[in-house]
Amino acid sequence: MSELHQLTITQARAALDAGETTALELTEAFLARIAHTEPQVQAFLHLTAEQARAQAQAADAQRGSATSPLHGIPLAIKDVICTKDVPTTCASRILEGFVPPYNATVIERLERSGAVLLGKLNCDEFAMGSSTENSAYQITRNPWDLERVPGGSSGGSAAAVAAMQAPATLGTDTGGSVRQPAALCGISALKPTYGRVSRYGLIAFASSLDQIGPLAWSVADLALLLQVIAGHDPRDGTSAPEPVPDYTAALTGDVRGLKIGIPQEYFIEGTEPGVATAVQRAFAVLQAQGAELVEISLPHTKHAIPAYYVIAPAEASANLARYDGVRYGVRQPGESLWEQIERTRGELFGAEVRRRIMIGTYVLSAGYYDAYYRRAQKVRTLLKRDFTQAFAEVDLIATPTSPTIAFKVGQKADDPLAMYLSDVFTVTANMAGIPGLAVPCGFSEGLPVGLQLLGRPFAEAMLLRAGDAYQRATDWHTHRPTL
Amino acid sequence: MTEYLTTVGLEVHAQVNTAAKMFDGCSADYAGGDPNTRISVVSLGLPGALPVVNMHAIELAAMTGLALNCTIQPVSIFARKSYIYPDLPKGYQITQYEEPLCTDGWVEIEGDDGQPYRVGIERVHIEEDTGRLLHMPDGSSLIDYNRSGVPLMEIVSKPDIRSPEEAKRYFQKLRQILLWIGVNTGNLEEGALRCDANVSVRPPTQQKYGAKVEIKNINSFRFVERAIAYEVQRQIDELEAGGTIVQETRGWNEAQGITVSQRSKESAHDYRYFPEPDIPPLVFDAEWIAARVAAMPELPDARRDRFMAEYSLSRQDAELLTTERPVADYFEATVTAATSVGATARDAATWIGGELFRLLKDHNEGTEQLARRMPPQYIAEVLELLGKQTITRTVAKQLFEESFHEGSSPAAMVAERGLKQISDSDALSEVARNVVEQHQKVVAEYRGGKSSAIQFLVGQMMKATKGQANPQLARETLEALLGTPDSAA
Repeated sequence: MSELHQLTITQARAALDAGETTALELTEAFLARIAHTEPQVQAFLHLTAEQARAQAQAADAQRGSATSPLHGIPLAIKDVICTKDVPTTCASRILEGFVPPYNATVIERLERSGAVLLGKLNCDEFAMGSSTENSAYQITRNPWDLERVPGGSSGGSAAAVAAMQAPATLGTDTGGSVRQPAALCGISALKPTYGRVSRYGLIAFASSLDQIGPLAWSVADLALLLQVIAGHDPRDGTSAPEPVPDYTAALTGDVRGLKIGIPQEYFIEGTEPGVATAVQRAFAVLQAQGAELVEISLPHTKHAIPAYYVIAPAEASANLARYDGVRYGVRQPGESLWEQIERTRGELFGAEVRRRIMIGTYVLSAGYYDAYYRRAQKVRTLLKRDFTQAFAEVDLIATPTSPTIAFKVGQKADDPLAMYLSDVFTVTANMAGIPGLAVPCGFSEGLPVGLQLLGRPFAEAMLLRAGDAYQRATDWHTHRPTL
Repeated sequence: MTEYLTTVGLEVHAQVNTAAKMFDGCSADYAGGDPNTRISVVSLGLPGALPVVNMHAIELAAMTGLALNCTIQPVSIFARKSYIYPDLPKGYQITQYEEPLCTDGWVEIEGDDGQPYRVGIERVHIEEDTGRLLHMPDGSSLIDYNRSGVPLMEIVSKPDIRSPEEAKRYFQKLRQILLWIGVNTGNLEEGALRCDANVSVRPPTQQKYGAKVEIKNINSFRFVERAIAYEVQRQIDELEAGGTIVQETRGWNEAQGITVSQRSKESAHDYRYFPEPDIPPLVFDAEWIAARVAAMPELPDARRDRFMAEYSLSRQDAELLTTERPVADYFEATVTAATSVGATARDAATWIGGELFRLLKDHNEGTEQLARRMPPQYIAEVLELLGKQTITRTVAKQLFEESFHEGSSPAAMVAERGLKQISDSDALSEVARNVVEQHQKVVAEYRGGKSSAIQFLVGQMMKATKGQANPQLARETLEALLGTPDSAA
């Protein structure tokens, strides 16, 4: 058997069920791994070691009677998801010390399934960024190359898995924030259909785009996680009533007859040749497994990034209006209430967050609303239509996840536009509300490359089936960085 | 001085009478507990909290729209209205903007010319209330979020109102309808109903409306009339003095009876409305709307007209008995009871509008529990006793009042206490003899020619019989005993 921290959830489950290890032993192994690697990786903002040990012991005590595959499995959570009595900061100074009095629905569901919470993970401040460099607290490093970023905004969630600090994590995806870092860190991640996973307790960045998603080594593990976190939640008005299928049962390994669309607009200048080559090889693997490749067009793709950078900041500008230091979080003193609010917001939000609040405020202002916000919504409608038309022809769409491999820390930090283009292949799924899966498909310059599969709304089972079939034929998801 | 035309539009904010708040399961009874005890992560706007629509509030708002002759929109959306103030915990208010729940209705009031007049309703939309700031003597402020997230309806009239008096009648009519259909408590003092008025004036020759001034937060019928009257006069004075009216927001200062400038158009907020992404559009099919129409009670004006037609009531009586729905219901229950004992609907109206209302007013009681307070059957019993001449009108009134106080059946009280009218001439003769005996001086006056003195003696007989004497018989008995007065005197 490998060392415990190298296990996937599926492997750890088997070891637990066979009595080869205990939840506590597993938890201790990951805590030790965190202690060992965290000085280089810097993925965690807050460790809940004591709570984790207690949960693991409780899980061991219930052993035999538990049915969930996550029972006794240690996990870590992006710090934008509320955890009762555990600090939740969104990697922002403005929420330093904020301890939510409630659990997000996904946390309730994980706790009910007997999962063990290791701690809270770094990210770009309020999930705004593509490199995790916008965290107010620390820079998380890519375990494959510590000079490089892990991607973002769920960089801590991806790096923690890649560094084997946790077998799986939860992140959030507003424009690619679980898929892009998964690609850059050589792991798998799923952004579910909008409404598939409750957003209750997810601290909002852009409410119409945000979705919580799992990150893990294998697609089979993603299926186990999605099974637990998916489903209707009466506390989230946008959560979908659609029944949740058995995702693991859907993993048949069979992609014969699936029509996979390859959109020409996703092979653009700016995509690194090494990325394009790895992705093309992945297409060939799927074809060899019996899938049919079809060239398709998603004509409005080029408008997705500009429209996204109108809609997401517009929603963010309202979502972040509540951070005024009056009720919770940190308060900067002022002579008057207004000065206090101005200083709190001016000094405690980071540059990218302030930039997006300003953009969002601008595009919603009287006289500009029609030119920006309303037009961006029209683009969004056209993007949705692109996908609806494409999915009338094909079952899945395959693309690169990110146009580049992991870039160096600081390389794009002063160039927001270059940073925004990291999400060029991923934002469309958020704009259209459809599910997207990222799986590792090779290496370029020694760094991981990710394949992205997009599916119809609520077709997670089919996405996972294709991703899992691909992983049965390849071993990219089994590569581990040396750290 | 030129004559001016006055144009007024009212925006009325009415709390929707639901048990829970608009977007969480929290109690909406914000005044029913200590500050910050009616709160949740949602009404506090904590990070990660999400609003979920209280469909009961939507239903009541749709009922309101229907009662105001509006169209219920098959699809309506919520919007965020952004502004920063500590009583607004999310930094935006969830309201409706571009596609409200109800549009394009009307309310009929009595115009200043005495004719029925329709005031148009622009829209009825739903939104959430804010918390409240409490300003302390030391200059600090405390925030109470109990009211945060309480459902509100905003009812926006068209600029159809032509005077301060019409504005008051419109506001009163709205209150009557809202209470009638049970969507609002009608409690102005507690802020369950409050209004903003948009006021402008213009010379009759001018087609275009004058510059609009908004008066904020008026919380009584008297003040709506006074604030608008003040504002109309202020604008006219300004124009007469050669000035111009600037579009602005003014506040009503109750103490001084004036409106005071709060902010000009230039410094007006840009609320940056956009569709609320946390709440899917509200979609209502024809069936849902038809069910709301079917559930709509007969409204006050229709019921007033029916009372006039069906029960031959005067317009005044019909109005009085339809001011509030419990009274109208009570009246009709009483009519049923009264007609079964041979009395008329008008008899019932007379007793309710007269004696019962007087008693309620004297004891400062409301009309909510009328049927329990004074069962319709009791009024029917009184009417029956009167109709059979078992009791006198004087006794009837006493009986009614005692029944009101003690809650017992008038018929039973008559049986128990022997309050029946004394029509027995032997019994009355004896009473008459006693009265004559005791009031020789008055008897002498009567005999001396002062015929009106007999009234006093009849009164004494009534007193002696505790009102049970048949007054006509009492008089006849006295006359028989004393003979005709001396005509010579």
